[in-house]
Amino acid sequence: MTESRPMIRITELHKHYGDFHAIKGVSLEVPKGGKYFIIGPSGCGKSTLLRCINLLEDPSSGSIEVGDQAMRFGPGHRMPPGRVLARYRSHVGMVFQQFNLFPHKTAIENVMEGPVVVKGTKLPEARELALDLLSKVGLAEKADVYPSQLSGGQAQRVAIARALAMQPNVMLFDEVTSALDPELVGEVLNVIKQLALDGTTMVVVTHEMAFARDIADTVCFMDAGVIGQEGTPEEILVRPQNPRLKAFLSRFLSERPA
Amino acid sequence: MGYQYDFSVVLKSAWFEAVLMTMTYAVGTIVGGLIIGVVCGVALLFPYRWVTIPINIYVQFFRCTPLLIQIVWFFYALPIVLNFNLPAWAAAGLGLTLYMGAFCAEIFRAGVMSIDKGQWQAARALGMTYLQLMRRIILPQAMRRMVPPFVNQSVLQLKNTSLLYVVAVPDIMYVSSQITSTTYRPLEVYTFAALLYFALLYPLTQLARRLESRVDR
Repeated sequence: MTESRPMIRITELHKHYGDFHAIKGVSLEVPKGGKYFIIGPSGCGKSTLLRCINLLEDPSSGSIEVGDQAMRFGPGHRMPPGRVLARYRSHVGMVFQQFNLFPHKTAIENVMEGPVVVKGTKLPEARELALDLLSKVGLAEKADVYPSQLSGGQAQRVAIARALAMQPNVMLFDEVTSALDPELVGEVLNVIKQLALDGTTMVVVTHEMAFARDIADTVCFMDAGVIGQEGTPEEILVRPQNPRLKAFLSRFLSERPA
Repeated sequence: MGYQYDFSVVLKSAWFEAVLMTMTYAVGTIVGGLIIGVVCGVALLFPYRWVTIPINIYVQFFRCTPLLIQIVWFFYALPIVLNFNLPAWAAAGLGLTLYMGAFCAEIFRAGVMSIDKGQWQAARALGMTYLQLMRRIILPQAMRRMVPPFVNQSVLQLKNTSLLYVVAVPDIMYVSSQITSTTYRPLEVYTFAALLYFALLYPLTQLARRLESRVDR
């Protein structure tokens, strides 16, 4: 595979909710192995953008390419049928703010669920894969525990393992530490950091500025449905030029001393 | 003035058949209603209004009118409308079954809708199709939530079979009124009938409670 083609390419993406124009023509590219971080005030459309990449929201117009799968939206393009959407999503891993583990399944069953149901992986093989992934996130000893008995940080790490089990081309992280107690944030960030070092392509929506500075190769500031500024962590977080970005960062830093 | 109780009047063999009749109607209409309820409940989740609107009309109509009127209507009015004589047992059974079906549809729909949106999204994000996520993720969780209201509705349903007496189906209630009319002992007879219903239902409710605590992890 050549490096010339980006892993994710989004072109002129728009999303309307009735009269509300949530995303106003966003275009971006993420190369294979890229770590693309999106920051911005709440309501700026960053989570919506992420959910559009996984087609949990159907974009109003524009196009999205992930790996060798391309989707076009807008007049003349119907939302693809469920089977096509499912196949597309199986190549895109997503981790949610609220974990969304399946409460009627143990940790390891949560991780096995995707491969077994979607890919038809045999049970012993899926179990082995799931155990590997649980060890990777440091939770092998919790394999047979139900989600209700896990801490928030543990649950989120299982959720990451569950997404990884599909061996996706891309991982999407939607404010994955926002629902966690402060002392549990670190263990989840460490897992994501390890994935980044392993070369996983990822798009991360986050409020953890220090983490973004540490991991990202591109940071994007979203504001009112458009990309306000895009650049290296240095350009965006250390020497911001855009006045709205400056205001956002200063407000942010005053609220949460680093 | 003292009332002389005489419970000997309730010693009649007719009770056996009456209990059997009540149980047959209860089990038959609960099972039938459950099947109708699941089919209609699934259909209520369809995104097509031409499917959901007629089913909603059925469900709301049967939920919001008295069962007694429904039974009477099926017995007296339906044969006139269809120009076809429905036997009493069928008219009564049809009314009771459709009544149960309406409630079961609503229990099913509400159970599925009560599952958190995040569960649907997580299953979709893994790449599951609608059928896969229903079967593997949503229904197993929803089913647990459906058990208590379903048991509750079934208990009501068994007691509701007592309305069958208006179309002369010889259930517990009908036999009670027959015995009363010959013995003039309503107090003893209806007390005994109530005890029969209690004896049928109490073990069932206890069983259901144990079942609930087992599925509830």
